[in-house]
Amino acid sequence: MIYLTRRATFSAAHYYWNSAWSEEENQKIFGRCSNRNGHGHNYTLEVTVAGEPDPVTGFVLDLKGLKDLIEREVMKAWDHRHLNLETEDFAQTIPTTENIAIAAWKRLEKGIGASGAALSRVRVYETAEIFAEYRGEA
Amino acid sequence: MKAYFGRRYMLSASHRLHAPSLSAAENRAAYGKCNNPHGHGHNYFVEVLVGGEVHPETGMVMNLVELDAAVHARVLDRFDHCNLNLDPLFVNLAPTTENLCRAVHCLLQEALPAGLLDRVRVEETENNFFECSGE
Repeated sequence: MIYLTRRATFSAAHYYWNSAWSEEENQKIFGRCSNRNGHGHNYTLEVTVAGEPDPVTGFVLDLKGLKDLIEREVMKAWDHRHLNLETEDFAQTIPTTENIAIAAWKRLEKGIGASGAALSRVRVYETAEIFAEYRGEA
Repeated sequence: MKAYFGRRYMLSASHRLHAPSLSAAENRAAYGKCNNPHGHGHNYFVEVLVGGEVHPETGMVMNLVELDAAVHARVLDRFDHCNLNLDPLFVNLAPTTENLCRAVHCLLQEALPAGLLDRVRVEETENNFFECSGE
C-alpha cells in the first residue's frame, strides 16, 4: 500500500460560537475566537490517499485529478469565504479545525472513491503550529 | 466522530550524549561529536497529537488552552532553556531525542485526561525526528 499526499492552501474567515450558550460562556470557552466580527487564517489542507500503484501507469491515482477534485470540492467552496456565513458546512456546525477536517473529508470521499484509491487522512493546518486530522473513524 | 488535534511547541535545550556505562573511547565512538564534554544544544519542536471524540457543543477534541497549560507545566517549564543532562530523568539515561520523546510522552500521559494522548513527536533538527505512542 502506498500513501500519497497532496497539499493545498486556502484563506478563510471564521469565528467560534455556540448559539445555545450565553455570550459569557462563549467567551469563556472560545476566548478570542468567539469575536463575532470574525478573524481568519491561511489554512493548509493535506489530503492523503492510499492505494496500490497501477501496474501500467505506476500511479496510485492521477494527481491532476486529485488537484482538480480538491479545487472543485474544497477551494471553490471555502477559499476567500467566511466559513460561518457563506458555507453550508458550517451553518449549524462550529468551524473548529477538527470540524473543518471532517467536512473536507466528506467533500472529498466520494470523488476519491471513484478513482479506485481510498481516502486515508485529511489534515488541516490552521497555523504552522496547530492542526487537526480526520481518518474517517466513526 | 473521532478526530485528532495537533499542536507544535518549541523548546531550546542543551545536552551531551554520554552513557555512564561506556568508556570515554566507547562514548566517543557511539556518539561522535554529540559526546563533546561541554555539550551542545538544539531548538526542539515537540508535536503533541491528541485523539478523541469531537465534543458536540464545542467542536473540539480538546480545548487548546488546556493542552497548552499541560504542555507548559509538564514539559516546557521543565526543559526549555535547560541542560537536559541535569534533569533527574537523565541522571542515568542518555538524553537522546528518543529518550526525550519517551519522557515527554510519559509526562503528558500523566497530565492529560485518560486515553486522549495519541502520539508525541520530537524534532531535533529539520532532518531528525522521533515519535512515541507509548507502545
